Amino acid sequence: MDRKNQEELPSDLTKEQLLAMYRKMQLIRGFEGTAKKYFEAGEIGGFLHLSVGQEAVPVGTCSALRKDDYITSTHRGHGDVLSKGCEVKRMFAELYGRTDGYCKGKGGSMHIADFSQGIIGANGIVSSGIPIAVGAALSIRMRGTDQVAVSFFGDGATAEGSFHEALNLASLWQVPVIFVCQNNLYALSQPWSHSARDGNLVERAQSYHIPAESVDGMDVIAVYRSVEKAVDRARSGDGPTFIEARTYRFMGHYVGDPGAYMPEEEQEEWRKKDAIAKLRRQLKMWGYLTDKVDEQIATDIEAELQDGIEYARSSVIPEPREALNDVYVHFDYLGRPLKEESNHA
Amino acid sequence: MSTHERTITIRDAINEALFEEMERDDQVFLMGEDIGVAGGVFKVTSGLLERYGPNRVIDTPIAEAGIVGLAVGAAMTGMHPVVEIMFCDFTTLASDQIINQAAKLRYMTGGQCAVPLVIRTTMGAGRRTAAQHSQSLHAWFAHIPGIKVVLPSTPADAKGLLKSAIRDNNPVIFFEDKMMYNQKGPVPKGEYTIPIGEAHVYRSGMDATVICTSSMLYPSLEAADRLKEEGIHIEIIDLRTIKPLDERTLIKSAQKTGHVLVVDEGYQSFGVTAEIAARITEGAFDYLDEPVRRLGAADVPVPFAPALEDMTIPSADQIYSVIKTMVS
Ligand SMILES: Cc1ncc(C[n+]2csc(CCOP(=O)(O)OP(=O)(O)O)c2C)c(N)n1
Ligand SMILES: [Mg+2]
Repeated sequence: MDRKNQEELPSDLTKEQLLAMYRKMQLIRGFEGTAKKYFEAGEIGGFLHLSVGQEAVPVGTCSALRKDDYITSTHRGHGDVLSKGCEVKRMFAELYGRTDGYCKGKGGSMHIADFSQGIIGANGIVSSGIPIAVGAALSIRMRGTDQVAVSFFGDGATAEGSFHEALNLASLWQVPVIFVCQNNLYALSQPWSHSARDGNLVERAQSYHIPAESVDGMDVIAVYRSVEKAVDRARSGDGPTFIEARTYRFMGHYVGDPGAYMPEEEQEEWRKKDAIAKLRRQLKMWGYLTDKVDEQIATDIEAELQDGIEYARSSVIPEPREALNDVYVHFDYLGRPLKEESNHA
Repeated sequence: MSTHERTITIRDAINEALFEEMERDDQVFLMGEDIGVAGGVFKVTSGLLERYGPNRVIDTPIAEAGIVGLAVGAAMTGMHPVVEIMFCDFTTLASDQIINQAAKLRYMTGGQCAVPLVIRTTMGAGRRTAAQHSQSLHAWFAHIPGIKVVLPSTPADAKGLLKSAIRDNNPVIFFEDKMMYNQKGPVPKGEYTIPIGEAHVYRSGMDATVICTSSMLYPSLEAADRLKEEGIHIEIIDLRTIKPLDERTLIKSAQKTGHVLVVDEGYQSFGVTAEIAARITEGAFDYLDEPVRRLGAADVPVPFAPALEDMTIPSADQIYSVIKTMVS
């Protein structure tokens, strides 16, 4: 699409939808910035992998999904799960390790899940969510629903065996899964050219006979349109799709990594493509966004984030004994308690 | 044998369990390499493809990580997959999905999900298949919280425990000893299950306790028969499940006899025998007349030549002589 077309008022998206995308991207960026601030202040521990710069990919993708569709995500998953419907306050509570967190403080930043919204888990093991998403898609087909499953993963994951096994099986069995590779050009310190000789993921997916395309991951509308097509295909029984979204990590691998291996010029070039700035420009051009509304959005988000932090801070710290719960399900398929418990001395 | 039983093989007992559970629950499906058209390399899944069709009995490509990963995803979203991994030696290729995913997803998500997944796999040496097709790796998985590990030794237990495993909402790894498939025994007619987590006092006795797993029941029985002729009465406990472990039954027996030998086909070091010895020492120390003795597989890769292989696996002779030194 040439620049003129791209800037044309979209006929497939309403003003409300576009503003929702804009707001969500802002929310994600704000979430990451706030998380970083309180991580650096020592209130949040662990690893914190931020997705600043990549917001258009999950927002564009999840805007094309229903609540009952599934996603799997990664260590860099805040944007993915916020896009699918997670609430800021319960995410912060999880990052703070509190009882009101999505995982009651047992998962932390890398493992946020909300099964009630189809978020079947972010994952700390690179690539392992990919076959799980294909399995969810297999289950969709077996149960005869018209849901779809989306697997988010990074460029680094494409060098793992699980990625290839998952693509092969998805293609073989034509299950309703959409692979969304967020190619941010780095796997920790390693540039994309160190992960693959040719770097052409579209051809790679096509070699498994999976329809594939590469989209501008800094353009939320382009991502949305690509995923929407894939969703249509999956819902009508036409199998998997692979989408590479070219994007960029505006920060280091995690908070604390200065990202010295990312050349300055490269960083600057990508910052100029910032998806949020781009959509803001477009919305203003189309008359959908005034400075006043823009300021209001920023103020509202700031308030939501501060409320979220307060919520997390005041949420109860788990009882240490709670560490021993949730390892097993203690009831059988009919909901009856399992007998085995009585045998532990 | 009563009129309520028949004598069938472990292979047939497992096959019946699969038929009955697939009949009971449409969400149960089978996935694995060569399980459909071929009926499995050990012919355990014979007839299931014909009965339930290729959507529920899925012949997969050779992709252990992929298959188990898909099964985890399907299990979390409403299905009950039963995956076959031809040899437990190949679970290594799926170990991330078993250990980091299936076992942990419920916990990591604060109890939001269940992973009702069964992995059936084979263990055991004696088939002259050398180091990569003969291991008994059950202890590895018993080390991991979030998984249950079952290893039956009789047809009746195999059937009843597999049915329980399929009905369990947790990931269960079900180990079948590849040398026992033709082992026959009485199996009740009609519907029954055996709860996971209960050891079975196979034979009671006062003089010493032998705690064994899977196929090690048979050399233990042989040794006990010989000792009986000499007036030594052995209590034999078949663990049936190593996770969760039925500590109470073991400790009770140790308290009664004061002499305990543990026999398991996994490598002796850091394995089942060590864990049981520790638990009994903790739970029955004051009752023991001597340290808990152990017999596991020799700490070497399983060799090919029969003369070598046989030497690495606990035998009836070894069990006999260890017990003799214990009770004399
Ligand atoms: C199996 C596995 N290997 C290595 C790691 C350590 N690790 C975490 S993230 C990461 C880089 C992943 O790169 P990519 O898939 O491109 O995702 P991104 O970080 O760029 O979002 C590495 C090496 C891991 N978590 N899991
Ligand atoms: Mg990357």
